[in-house]
Amino acid sequence: MTDHDELLRELGLDVELHHRIFDAIDRNFAKTVLAQKGRPARMAYFDGVIRGAHGDRVAEIAARRAAGDKFIGTFCVYVPDEIILALGAVPVALCGGTPLSIPYAEQMLPRDICPLVKSTLGLALSNTCPYGPLEDLAVGETTCDAKKKTWDILAADGGFHVLEVPQKKGPRDRDLWHEEVLAFKARLEETTGRTLEPEKLAAAVRLMNRKRRALARLNELRKSENPPLSGLDALVIMQAALIDDPLRFSERLEALNEELEDRVRRGVVVSPPGAKRIMVSGCPSVMGNWKLHHLIEAAGAVVVCDETCTGTRYFSTLVEEGDGGLDAQIAAIAARYLTIDCSCFSPNDERIASVVRLAGECGVDGVVQYVLQYCHTYNVEAARVAAALKEAGVPSLKIVTDYAEEDTGQLRIRIDAFLEGMKR
Amino acid sequence: MDTPSPDLFLGLDLGSRTTKIVEMSGGAIARYDIFDTTHDSIERVRRRLERRDYARAAAAGYGRYLMNAHLDCRVVTEITACALGARFLDPAAGLVIDVGGQDSKAIQLGNGSAAFSEFEMNDRCAAGTGRFLEVMARLLGFSLEEFGRTASEADEAVTLSSMCTVFAESEVISLLASGRDRKAIARGLHQSVADRVFPLAARFEARGNILMAGGVALDRCFVDLLAKKLGRPVVVPEHPQLVAAIGAALFAQ
Repeated sequence: MTDHDELLRELGLDVELHHRIFDAIDRNFAKTVLAQKGRPARMAYFDGVIRGAHGDRVAEIAARRAAGDKFIGTFCVYVPDEIILALGAVPVALCGGTPLSIPYAEQMLPRDICPLVKSTLGLALSNTCPYGPLEDLAVGETTCDAKKKTWDILAADGGFHVLEVPQKKGPRDRDLWHEEVLAFKARLEETTGRTLEPEKLAAAVRLMNRKRRALARLNELRKSENPPLSGLDALVIMQAALIDDPLRFSERLEALNEELEDRVRRGVVVSPPGAKRIMVSGCPSVMGNWKLHHLIEAAGAVVVCDETCTGTRYFSTLVEEGDGGLDAQIAAIAARYLTIDCSCFSPNDERIASVVRLAGECGVDGVVQYVLQYCHTYNVEAARVAAALKEAGVPSLKIVTDYAEEDTGQLRIRIDAFLEGMKR
Repeated sequence: MDTPSPDLFLGLDLGSRTTKIVEMSGGAIARYDIFDTTHDSIERVRRRLERRDYARAAAAGYGRYLMNAHLDCRVVTEITACALGARFLDPAAGLVIDVGGQDSKAIQLGNGSAAFSEFEMNDRCAAGTGRFLEVMARLLGFSLEEFGRTASEADEAVTLSSMCTVFAESEVISLLASGRDRKAIARGLHQSVADRVFPLAARFEARGNILMAGGVALDRCFVDLLAKKLGRPVVVPEHPQLVAAIGAALFAQ
């Protein structure tokens, strides 16, 4: 890894604390992800994206800004990247996955808030995240109460835009969301000083669709009888998707997919014989958080699908590509994003149907419902998801946890017992 | 080193508060040992295993992987172990409620060959565990035996608003300061643990006997309150703390 201390200092960061936090993330990455055996050779690129997320990628974005492009920080898969990219700006998802920044957030936030929100705010407040000072605009959304109020804190310094994600999916909600996407376009045009052009938007739609297709292809490969890569590696790829340049990412993932297809043909095995196939469903695991996947796979199972925001919720639907002009393009983008089945919606029947469908398609032996502690919507929705899975004959286990390591003993018992219960 | 007996199976349960060793021979419990989990309890288990007079051994509990790392010993979760142990002790058992030192769980036994069909565990918190009762007994100046007996004899129960061990502790101190009767507080604390354990068990359909496992099953007041809340009798085996260790021995077999 290249040393970027000079840049970090120029950005006004607490460089010492930055290293304390990010070196610990890197050690955790080495201990979990890099310690795996039999990894595909082309995973090396994605490892580099993760390890360079707070160095190389920062330098790259700083260079883009020096050339006149803008940097947009986001926090949710509901933010339409197409519009950002079409205006020549760079989007990066900035959600925190480390427990180490949480104490800095707890100086302001209550303890009983989800770790993702606390980790994110903590990175901003501790002056350790290099993306903060580079941001020309940060984009929040209204997918949960803790996030909404955190945006109010972060927006105090200006340069913040909040997208109102509706709570239902009726005609009025569609109109509201469409207007929100239009307002987002106007705000981005103001930030970038550029006007959105239909040709550039069409190109950005094609690019994002290419990226989603590559991720969907990866998802298909994981359905193989012998998955050609671990669930932890698939998660690393998803985390990289939220950070990396979309074109470079797509090219690299397409290349990895070829390697994986070859592995499937040759029958290369990454998990122990008879490994139980598990789907993780619910909350995201963002960069820094490898806890659940590591625990499940250390117990001898293999994660073959992620029905999460760092999984199918990110890539499973495409934006319709057409040449009907800017209005039609924006309408197509708005329509695509509203297909995302986040638990903030009421009702959210399509998600429950989707979990059951994916469990069948991926031939899973069981589903682990992953709930970040204090994420009320996924936690409550878990009851209906579990009932639907039970009806379909699929065992499920709900895990509620945060980023700390103190409960790994208890979690291991639950996961081990869940797997023991399948040995029949 | 003794000669291994082809008929002797060892079951270990390395719990957070106590460690249990059960020796099973000819389908019956030959010997058992229960001692506090301390800095040297692992050593004591290891010494027992090193005698190698048994055919096979299996370990359950929080310390199960420690044993597995050192000696030829299979590993099983206490969920499976409890289910196996419960079925051995009571073939008519359908549900096991295990309240131990650090957690509580309800396990629905499986049909046919499956040890269990489903389980529920409490959150990572001492509420609804033996540890909660232990802390409260000490606060009220009772031994564990006195605590349960006194609670049974109480004519009334103080309702406690807090399930959290730390907050309940301050609540109990305020109650004592306001002159409330120790017995009624003891009863209230038992009720509070029963209230916490009840929803774990109530999620499962009633079929077969309900068997109680874990050290808290020795507390008659708790068992009575839970049975009342469930509206069904709760069976307590002779040595409820040994259920998982017995199951581990059966698993080894």
